[in-house]
Amino acid sequence: MKSRESKPNGFLEVSIWRGAEEGAFQHFQVPRRESQTVLDVVTYIQRHLDPTLAYRFACRVGVCGSCAMKVNGIARWTCRTHVSAVATTGPLEIAPLDHLPRLRDLVCDMGPFFEKWKQARGAFVPGAVPETGFAAIDPDSPARRQVEAGIECIGCGICYSECDTVAWRPEYLGPAALNRAWTLQNDERDGAHRKRLQAVAGDAGCHACHNQLSCNERCPKKLSPAAAIAGLKRASAVAALKGRL
Amino acid sequence: MNRARLETWLWLINRGSALLLVPLVAAHLAGMILAVRGGLSASEILERTRDNLLLAAFYGAFLLLAGLHGALGLRGFLAETLGWRSKSVDTAAAVLASLLVILGGRALWALYHAA
Amino acid sequence: MGALSRRVKPGHPGYWAAVLQRLSGLLLALFLPAHFALLGAGLHSTEGLDEALAWTRSPLVRVAEAGLVTALALHVAGGVRLLLLEFLGWHAIQKSLFSLACGLATATGLLFALNNF
Ligand code: FES
Repeated sequence: MKSRESKPNGFLEVSIWRGAEEGAFQHFQVPRRESQTVLDVVTYIQRHLDPTLAYRFACRVGVCGSCAMKVNGIARWTCRTHVSAVATTGPLEIAPLDHLPRLRDLVCDMGPFFEKWKQARGAFVPGAVPETGFAAIDPDSPARRQVEAGIECIGCGICYSECDTVAWRPEYLGPAALNRAWTLQNDERDGAHRKRLQAVAGDAGCHACHNQLSCNERCPKKLSPAAAIAGLKRASAVAALKGRL
Repeated sequence: MNRARLETWLWLINRGSALLLVPLVAAHLAGMILAVRGGLSASEILERTRDNLLLAAFYGAFLLLAGLHGALGLRGFLAETLGWRSKSVDTAAAVLASLLVILGGRALWALYHAA
Repeated sequence: MGALSRRVKPGHPGYWAAVLQRLSGLLLALFLPAHFALLGAGLHSTEGLDEALAWTRSPLVRVAEAGLVTALALHVAGGVRLLLLEFLGWHAIQKSLFSLACGLATATGLLFALNNF
């Protein structure tokens, strides 16, 4: 493993949040290497400088969504973020995500985030089985394309951390949960469309969104939660006009 | 009315009024730029507005839509920036809308019925 | 909440568009009562309106007026951008739409100022 690492090329100045809700930034010096990710930096600190540093990761390849942290003020997936892309010269500041309880160092309690997925009825509810025995869904149908656009969410919480509306309205379901709800609203096989719409309409749901578009801007998977939220706004408006909300 | 339905209707009213206001504001701005060449005198304004039913109808619609739209916008601001979250914020928004419409109505009356 | 949450987040065009939309809206909502009060001043006599208009001749008020016209144009153009996002899903070109809105608002403000001074 060691022999594969490129030669260090100077040092990175790194500040890392230590503590929980109360705490302070601690300063470290980490050897700068080529193709180094932010997650590599955090891992280096834990392995070589301070083994008590708490942080999360699992896949290291942008699939699991567990490594999200704030890097120089912006939430990012640290396993896929090269240091060279975020801090060419200056120091690196790494902090836990916003709007979630801070447990320790870089680790947040993701519980409230996923609790809102439940509130938004983010689980598939089987509908009536069609007579043919299975639902034939045209991959090019507009609804299926809407699903396609939102389904790759890895649940990292970056959009939730970046969204001002979450800060202003703590009960707001947030971009990820609403994006999930929109994929299910476009799933023909799902049988809970009406109930889900009732769950996601209102000032804790899609109508709180002001289109600041931080979710779209920061989503590492380049999804468009804001487009999903707009879809929910239109769908609930249509339902309200028909007296079915 | 449940919260989901109420907010959906308010959103519709806010966006609907916005859509209708776009051509009205465009016309108003064009009128302002063309009419105000180096300042207007009262008689110049009143000459145009006196007994002008079309203009009064135009600005009457403008006023109602702007009152609705503005009150809903302020409601969001009060709830989010000032943290006014109880239901009384709805009453406050309604009062603001009425005040705007009354003040604007008075101005309209003055321009239409000018001596 | 500790030193952490007080740090201001770095912005981006969509974010600034939303901030400007809210600020311009707020400004217009505060301005409307004054606008109506002034126009209502002619309720009893043409002289009343003339007196009120005389006040608007001061340079400071004229600059403020140009600012308000710009704010109004920005709020409308930015509002059209929002309608295009929410109803037609034009998210892919939201940044261009924002630039366009800023351009239109500036042009309107300048046109008004040039005509008025
Ligand atoms: S560690 Fe799995 S996404 Fe980064």
